[in-house]
Amino acid sequence: MAAVLESLLREEVSVAAAVRWIARSTQSSEDSPGEAAVLNSLRPLRKEFVPFLLNFLREQSSRVLPQGPPTPAKAPGASAALPGRPGGPPRGGRGPRSQLFPATETPSTAAEAPLTRRGGRRRGLGPARERGGRAPGVPEEGVVGDSLSWAGGRRLRGSGSPSSPSLTLSDPPNLSNLEEFPPVGSVPPGPAGRTKPSRRINPTPVSEERSLSKPKICFTSPPISCVPSSQPSTLDTSPWGLGLPPGCRSLQEEREMLRKERSKQLQQSPTPACPTPELGSSLPSRTGSLTAEPADPSRVSSPQRLELVALVYSSCIAENLVPNLFLELFFVLQLLTARRMVAAKNSDLELSQGALDSLESPLFQSIHDCVFFAVQVLERQFQVLSSLDKGTLKLLAENERLLCFSPALQGRLRAAYEGSVAKVSLAMPPSAQAVSFQPETDNRANFSSDRAFHTFKKQRDVFYEVLREWEDRHEEPGWDFEKGLGSRIRAMMGQLSAACSHSHFVRLFQKQLLQMCQSPGGTGGTVLGEAPDVLSMLGADKLGRLRRLQERLLAPQSSGGPCPPPTFPGCQGFFRDFILSASSFQFNQHLMDSLSLKIRELNGLALPQHEPGDEDGESDVDWQGERRQFAVVLLSLRLLAKFLGFVAFLPYRGPEPPPTRELQDSILALRSQVPPVLDVRALLQQGLRARRAVLTVPWLVEFLSFADHIVPLLDYYRSIFTLLLHVHRSLVLSQDNEGEMCFLNKLLLLAVLGWLFQIPTVPEDLFFLEECQVDAFEVDIAASEHGLDSVPVVDQQLLYTCCPYIGELRKLLASWVSGSSGRSGGFVRKITPTTTTGLGAQPPQTSQGLQAQLAQAFFHNQPPSLRRTVEFVAERIGSNCVKHIKATLVADLVRQAESLLQEHRVTQGQEGGDPAQLLEILCSQLCPHGTQALTQGREFCQRKSPGAVRALLPEETPAAVLSSAENIAVGLATDKACAWLSANITALIRREVKAAVSRTLRAQGPEPAARGERRGCSRACEHHAPLPSHLISEIKDVLSLAAGPRDPDEGVSPEHLEQLLGQLGQTLRCRQFLCPPAEQHLAKCSVELASLLVADQIPVLGPPPQHRLERGQARRLLHMLLSLWKDDFQGPVPLQLLLSPRNVGLLADTRPREWDLLLFLLRELVEKGLMGRMEIEACLGSLHKAQWPGDFSEELATLFNLFLAEPHMPEPQRRACELVQPNRGTVLAQS
Amino acid sequence: MILTKAQYDEIAQCLVSVPPTRQSLRKLKQRFPSQSQATLLSIFSQEYQKHIKRTHAKHHTSEAIENYYQRYLNGVVKNGAAPVLLELANEVDYAPSLMARIILERFLQEHEETPPSKSVINSMLRDPSQIPDGVLANQVYQCIVNDCCYGPLVDCIKHAIGHEHEVLLRDLLLEKNLSFLDEDQLRAKGYDKTPDFILQVPVVMLCPLAVEGHIIHWIESKASFGDECSHHAYLHDQFWSYWNRFGPGLVIYWYGFIQELDCNRERGILLKACFPTDIVTLCHSTA
Repeated sequence: MAAVLESLLREEVSVAAAVRWIARSTQSSEDSPGEAAVLNSLRPLRKEFVPFLLNFLREQSSRVLPQGPPTPAKAPGASAALPGRPGGPPRGGRGPRSQLFPATETPSTAAEAPLTRRGGRRRGLGPARERGGRAPGVPEEGVVGDSLSWAGGRRLRGSGSPSSPSLTLSDPPNLSNLEEFPPVGSVPPGPAGRTKPSRRINPTPVSEERSLSKPKICFTSPPISCVPSSQPSTLDTSPWGLGLPPGCRSLQEEREMLRKERSKQLQQSPTPACPTPELGSSLPSRTGSLTAEPADPSRVSSPQRLELVALVYSSCIAENLVPNLFLELFFVLQLLTARRMVAAKNSDLELSQGALDSLESPLFQSIHDCVFFAVQVLERQFQVLSSLDKGTLKLLAENERLLCFSPALQGRLRAAYEGSVAKVSLAMPPSAQAVSFQPETDNRANFSSDRAFHTFKKQRDVFYEVLREWEDRHEEPGWDFEKGLGSRIRAMMGQLSAACSHSHFVRLFQKQLLQMCQSPGGTGGTVLGEAPDVLSMLGADKLGRLRRLQERLLAPQSSGGPCPPPTFPGCQGFFRDFILSASSFQFNQHLMDSLSLKIRELNGLALPQHEPGDEDGESDVDWQGERRQFAVVLLSLRLLAKFLGFVAFLPYRGPEPPPTRELQDSILALRSQVPPVLDVRALLQQGLRARRAVLTVPWLVEFLSFADHIVPLLDYYRSIFTLLLHVHRSLVLSQDNEGEMCFLNKLLLLAVLGWLFQIPTVPEDLFFLEECQVDAFEVDIAASEHGLDSVPVVDQQLLYTCCPYIGELRKLLASWVSGSSGRSGGFVRKITPTTTTGLGAQPPQTSQGLQAQLAQAFFHNQPPSLRRTVEFVAERIGSNCVKHIKATLVADLVRQAESLLQEHRVTQGQEGGDPAQLLEILCSQLCPHGTQALTQGREFCQRKSPGAVRALLPEETPAAVLSSAENIAVGLATDKACAWLSANITALIRREVKAAVSRTLRAQGPEPAARGERRGCSRACEHHAPLPSHLISEIKDVLSLAAGPRDPDEGVSPEHLEQLLGQLGQTLRCRQFLCPPAEQHLAKCSVELASLLVADQIPVLGPPPQHRLERGQARRLLHMLLSLWKDDFQGPVPLQLLLSPRNVGLLADTRPREWDLLLFLLRELVEKGLMGRMEIEACLGSLHKAQWPGDFSEELATLFNLFLAEPHMPEPQRRACELVQPNRGTVLAQS
Repeated sequence: MILTKAQYDEIAQCLVSVPPTRQSLRKLKQRFPSQSQATLLSIFSQEYQKHIKRTHAKHHTSEAIENYYQRYLNGVVKNGAAPVLLELANEVDYAPSLMARIILERFLQEHEETPPSKSVINSMLRDPSQIPDGVLANQVYQCIVNDCCYGPLVDCIKHAIGHEHEVLLRDLLLEKNLSFLDEDQLRAKGYDKTPDFILQVPVVMLCPLAVEGHIIHWIESKASFGDECSHHAYLHDQFWSYWNRFGPGLVIYWYGFIQELDCNRERGILLKACFPTDIVTLCHSTA
């Protein structure tokens, strides 16, 4: 490989030819014969060039990137005392690769073991190895030859001069042998276990200084944790704690140490980590010591060489030969912002001065070199840079090194900044909103049984209770999801017995997920760059304070650098942990079904296509909406796909790949039998064909990011990766042909794909390995000339929302400004931004036939809003039509059913027969009328649709277009409504009639009086009558006074009683606040009051002789009561209680007994028609059955006789008095 | 009417072991003249119910029931007209209506062949005339009319109060021109949880000290005092369920509440003791 680079450096080969050679295996006619000869000789090495180059650059920069002051704490010894630091260089004499690839390993071993991941190898073989075994046509010797030529060549030339500095500093085998220095390698499993960082294109630890540097961390992604931990623990001590002898320190000391280590780490590495308060407070003082070495263009050691390498490197980036564009940009910006170079041994530096044109001298000999190189690359990446957000552009444009090394680039960046409108902002979202209850899907009719309905009702409440508790507590230290909520969740899931309940719950779960997490948990929150204007106002030195303020305001969370692992930020964590805690097979299955369905639905959504050339204001408004809609759909899809991937691969995921080849083979054999949860390959192929990659690829990446180690080895998924690689390679940013994909669309795809290629479970070699297959692969994308891809649907906001890690660039630049390299990794807002917009358009109606084709054709040349409008109108009118039929036709039929029922009861009598039979009779009469529904439905759609279309389309729509649109809308609406009606009308009528029948039967139940038409109060009534509750309470007080016990001074005044009855009349006449139970109780109380009056049992206030109510007053009160009963009570009054043994018995206690009031009352009752004589006689008769004192029985008998003796006269009142009084007087006198 | 926790505790302190009679209520009103009677009665009733819930079990052991029944029988043998049952209830610190139920149930067990059903007992308590024994009927009746916390009459009063406030609220909504769906309409549509009113168009309620208003989707009327116990029960059974389905809403405790309980405003459950005055609707604002 080095040979290639050296040929370049020696200018034997032009850069263009070299890149062509790398990118395409075939020789190009543009190459000169000399070039071709050189390149041909190197042909076997072609595919290894890029990984080599990347590693070469990383390695060369290793002395620069350990940023921060060389404080004593960072001396090698101190670091070495802390084994197991994540990503730290391994301890021991040999580097990891020397362990992985012993120098004695021969090519034949490699050939025998392609694809293996042996126990000791873990992430396994470098690409060189695997390629050696797999790729056809690549001679195995090539691998060896390459490394030999590199080593040999160097040795030959190096014989005169001792060595390059790196060589002297390193463990010789590491550098001299590519076998030991595979371009892409991994860190062996450290003591930290699962916190192992993923492989990356890593600089080899070649020097003592290397142990200080942390470039590995900044390029690594922490592994996916499938353990439900709601947040990164700030006290996660495992990496450091292991180094401490147990028990030798108090916990407090240990924590203190950890904190120090943490801040050291922060200072020396740009790796984002949790900022600690100490860090913040110490910042201002530290800034002084962190002043960067000034960079001077005139002191660049070897500009030509650097320029050449920069050119090759840039070309590789431009051709998408590097796996991750933004990772390379991050690397370049690291070089740009490097503070100082770790001092190499002087002798090395001196020695290297002589060999500037070869690779033997270090590429970067000083900060000046680094900055020069970085600026060279940036100049060639201007197009990408200019598409970054405004904050990043500002930081770049203000970078003094950049200004110093390339004023031209600075000028372009400034201009780009000034012209940029790409402000990436984070709206503060509202806190969680619940999924609203929709009767159409959630009421009883949607459940199999009452029990299922009520169970689900409870579950909904438990779900939100759990969610609220999580919101309140998940940030508390020590709170654990599983411990706090696990058992409750499982108990709830346990109640979901019926399959239908599962689907209801899953729908709720999925809707809530979409509602809360549509945009990824605020990881786009790049706080420093967010308000560049504020920052410039404050000045850089205030940044520390601002930062501390932010630290206080925002929950710190480590972000994973430019290549974070897939995570569940913010609220997504809740849903992830819920799934894990629920650990319910049924739930997961239903969830996958539901997610797959929704993904298919959204992925197939007819997103409008922007017509170029229609740029006036009106379409701009449309355009905003379209772009927003795209963003909503895309973010929803990504979220759903992420969870689908998570659940689908959950059973297979583990931290480690299978340990042996045999095991892996058997797993592969097994897994290849399992059909994919969703046919993502077909969807991807469709997406590519329809040129909708910009929609399909980002969600597919989310899905695949949760794949387990085996997945990429399965043929099915391997072919997907191959396709994706092809897509990646084809997204050359500099090509901007007509009909091609838009720039930002490409950038989004490059970012997400680049990120995917860094996921630990994706084999590291995949990117470089699949090349030849990619070459052979061609996707037919000509099928549709205008796809979503060529519509500028992606803007910076969406790009940064989907790929928050791009914000790392800004953070890196901002940390340069703030003078701190120990930056915090990123502040993640607690609450995630969410879009509240709905998903708008519905999937198109797929009706068959010529008409449908014509309609499609009609829409093709119309603005997309027209189609959306028509579909929308059709959908709504169709739906309304069904409701209209329910409200008219069905309601009429129900009324008919009710009157039929009445007739039936009249003819058959009260006992009318079996309700089920009755229902059958009614339905058989009424259901045939359902056929009218279709006619009426058609009429309705015909009548309503055109107006709606007309109202929604712009006025200048040509008449012909308008009428076509109206017709299509009518047709679609009719189709929709009639399809539903013809399938469901009979069932609907049946259901409604059934409900009406049971309603009628219930209403005619035991309380016939409750049915009657109730009179309301008059219109003029102002509802000032006393409240019924107040009256009941007052009457109750009187009753309790009468019943006793009472204090001597307690009693009621006759006026109060009169007032009370007056109020009762008012209330009964007003009725505004009266409910039937209150009226019933008032009626009963009034009867009891009457009994007390009759028996003279009401204690009257006043001096002792007047403790009884005057007869006249009592009569007046009884009159009032009688008139209330007759005129004002609308419900039944239990008058027979007047003659109940208990109330009549009240008379027994009085001495002397007075019967005249009772007799008076009975007469009045009869006279007013309140009670019949027979009824009273029956009551009096039954009174005899009770046990009474002897004399009382006699008196009662007399009363009975008196009442019976009364003639039925029209005016019995006076006569009765005349008749009764003398007799009664004698009776009473005797007793 | 909105009390601080401390104010509430002071009132509640005075209610320990006070029998639920009209005399007790009168004394309470004298003790706290500044509080509204309805609020005091509501607090008293709730405190007493808490007390009964705590002690319910010990009155329902078979020994206790037997003991009460014997004491009742001895009492009425001596003097059937004396308030035997009422005094017994007050003496053992139990609600008179509930004591009446215990004795009635025991009585019927003794005199009927089959054990009495709940509905028979309820019906006899509602109308003591149905009780076959005249003396017991009078005793039961006396207990019921003298109990201001339990019994069919009290239940009816509570129900009526609740209904009246719903009507009041409905009138206020109509007056403000806010369209709504009431409980019956919601039930007819098949809603599984039904607040008193769901606003068809949400409103914003402004708060004097807050910059932002609170969105209100639903309103629940509670004709009682909002103490901790009842509020938490309501939150669990009703308010959160409403939130879970309809979003943020308003609870009106017409007889006041403990100020400290109004802590879920940001979450979307707002407490008031009357109909809010500062309401902003979608199109125009009304003062």
